[in-house]
Amino acid sequence: MVIGSGAGGGTVAQELAPLVRDGVRVLVLEKGPRFADDDFTGRELEMADALYQDGGAFLTRDGTMTLAFASAYGGSTVVYTGTSLTAPARVIRAWDVPGIDHADLQARSAKYTEQNNVHLLDETLINDNNRLFVVGGRNAGYYVEQFPVNVKGCRGSSLCNLGCPNQAKQGTNRVQLPRAERAGVEVVTRAEVQRITSDRTLDVRVSERSPGAKGAPSEWAPGDYRVQAHIVVVAGGAIGTTSLLLRSALPAPRSLGHGFTCHPALILVAEHPGPITNDVGHPKSYFVDHAESERFVLETCMYFPFVTAKSLTGFGATHSEIMRAFPRLQMILLLACDHATPDNRIAVDRAGRPVVHYRVTPQTVDGLVRGTRAAARIFFAAGARRVHAPADPPLIEASDAGRLDERITARHFRPGSLAVSAAHLMGGCGMGRGAADSVTDSWGVVHGLPWLRVADASLFPDSLEINPYLTIMALADRVAEAVRRDVAALLG
Amino acid sequence: MFARLRVAVRFPLMTPAHAVLCAIATTVVPEATGLDATQWDEVERIIARAIAARAPGLRRSLALYLALLEWLPLLRYGRRFSKLDAERRTRWLARLQDAPVLLVRRGFWGVRTLILMGYYGRPDAAAAIGYRAAARGWEARR
Ligand SMILES: Cc1cc2nc3c(=O)[nH]c(=O)nc-3n(C[C@H](O)[C@H](O)[C@H](O)COP(=O)(O)OP(=O)(O)OC[C@H]3O[C@@H](n4cnc5c(N)ncnc54)[C@H](O)[C@@H]3O)c2cc1C
Ligand code: SF4
Repeated sequence: MVIGSGAGGGTVAQELAPLVRDGVRVLVLEKGPRFADDDFTGRELEMADALYQDGGAFLTRDGTMTLAFASAYGGSTVVYTGTSLTAPARVIRAWDVPGIDHADLQARSAKYTEQNNVHLLDETLINDNNRLFVVGGRNAGYYVEQFPVNVKGCRGSSLCNLGCPNQAKQGTNRVQLPRAERAGVEVVTRAEVQRITSDRTLDVRVSERSPGAKGAPSEWAPGDYRVQAHIVVVAGGAIGTTSLLLRSALPAPRSLGHGFTCHPALILVAEHPGPITNDVGHPKSYFVDHAESERFVLETCMYFPFVTAKSLTGFGATHSEIMRAFPRLQMILLLACDHATPDNRIAVDRAGRPVVHYRVTPQTVDGLVRGTRAAARIFFAAGARRVHAPADPPLIEASDAGRLDERITARHFRPGSLAVSAAHLMGGCGMGRGAADSVTDSWGVVHGLPWLRVADASLFPDSLEINPYLTIMALADRVAEAVRRDVAALLG
Repeated sequence: MFARLRVAVRFPLMTPAHAVLCAIATTVVPEATGLDATQWDEVERIIARAIAARAPGLRRSLALYLALLEWLPLLRYGRRFSKLDAERRTRWLARLQDAPVLLVRRGFWGVRTLILMGYYGRPDAAAAIGYRAAARGWEARR
């Protein structure tokens, strides 16, 4: 039984498919619906409501940050941008998980790089928003790298985060899940696992498709089911998996829920004197990686009107003026590289719903401040006339480009004063040595429960400091290998 | 106008939600003053939907926050928020935005987000600011 069908679950489904030939039934239970190609309209609120948990704005406990994760056949790979990077060796070394080796993860990542058609986009497909990042970055002295992306037939709609309307993005919904289904794996959508019990029974609720809603009805009739499993692989994402295990009455290790990290992010915007191509073309082609030295990564990005509006600080005439300059806006996404702390964790409320406790540490704020200054330097070096950033006032004119360290300081980054969001949700069921320090071993086996495995971003013992999906697939590939190895014993 | 909001946000202290939200909306997005009744209706529908999707506890906090936002200016300016002129409204909201207490800042952030969603979440508003993303991508531009 596989729970969830995103980067982790989709990979496991594909890798367990050969077992079907041996007479093993492999079932994937996915809470979200299966969308048809024409469901992806690119309309901002309509798609955000259909694809994301809480419309993409799941609030942390203290309400100062929103988390974006999808619920669909394909999980968050339906909404990701498809930038495909392998884990940095230094991060894997720092994780210090016995059995996890960088070379092994790299080899497994290479397999999915190939499967997902990962490549560098041709220069003719790069828009001004991305080109200006390269020009500005190089002029300002930064080392700018191009993102490999996993697209096939990208038409440059720039709508990746609302689901690709051209079937170009090679998420698990396009690659691994269809392959698994062709090989006989059953995928049941709109099927939420509510609890797992020690006797390996799953309580599953299959929901009805409400009238007018997007997506196909479930493959099963709506209602409550009790499903008996032999092996359970949980891949509901950092929040989905951790909250499911927390609300299930299982003898799970005490660190369950701990080690949550998320690369808190800010969208930064600058205005150019003339129109640029920004809302056409693949949105994310370049990045600057200062994770190791300054705790931030800058990436090109392009967002939709409401997300852009809420990401700007302030309100009133100045805010409106920037919004009206939309065709002249350049955007950069700043990701801070946070680290696991004892306080930042996933819990559940009395009803079993996930509650995420998260506070930015002074180190993370420092990463945000340094990253904002770097982004402002890049904007100005690319010819922007003004930059909108957390500052007072938030508009920084080109004449102030030499005073960025004075204008952008930690006091402007108070929680509750700016739109911090995160889409790289990691941890909660971290891998490690034993039950005292972790939830699973390096093969995703939950300590003390050999039939229960985890195969998604919740396995990360600390943040990855770079876009995570390929590493999730690499880890899920290991988990599937271990299941294939152990299947006879566990079914026996 | 704002009929749905009365259902979505139950207002304590007998204040009509629509008047307050309308006053906040036109302060946060000054162009909102130019919306016609149909467009306001669309703004209202979006906000009401977003509020209805949230947990009851959050909806109660929002209602309380809006009530305080409306009535507290009485102590400072002698009038409630929806009766203030545009300049004072802006000043009051700026105070909330920069308040030393997290709860106050966070509440303002939430209200502001709802207003921006209601305004910029409309395809009309997206087109008006020049946003043109389309499934056909480059083909639609060349
Ligand atoms: C907007 C956005 C852009 C991104 N861009 C990139 C990028 O460019 N590059 C990159 O590397 N990463 C990117 N990411 C991150 C990446 O998509 C995620 O890290 C990755 O998909 C997480 O994989 P996962 O398997 O842990 O969870 P998910 O992919 O989120 O899948 C979890 C699935 O499990 C289901 N589920 C949860 N609980 C249950 C339950 N109880 N029962 C049944 N089903 C359940 C959910 O509905 C969901 O479909 C992006 C993320 C977002 C949101
Ligand atoms: S930019 Fe390319 S990959 Fe992204 S949504 Fe458009 S066509 Fe799909």
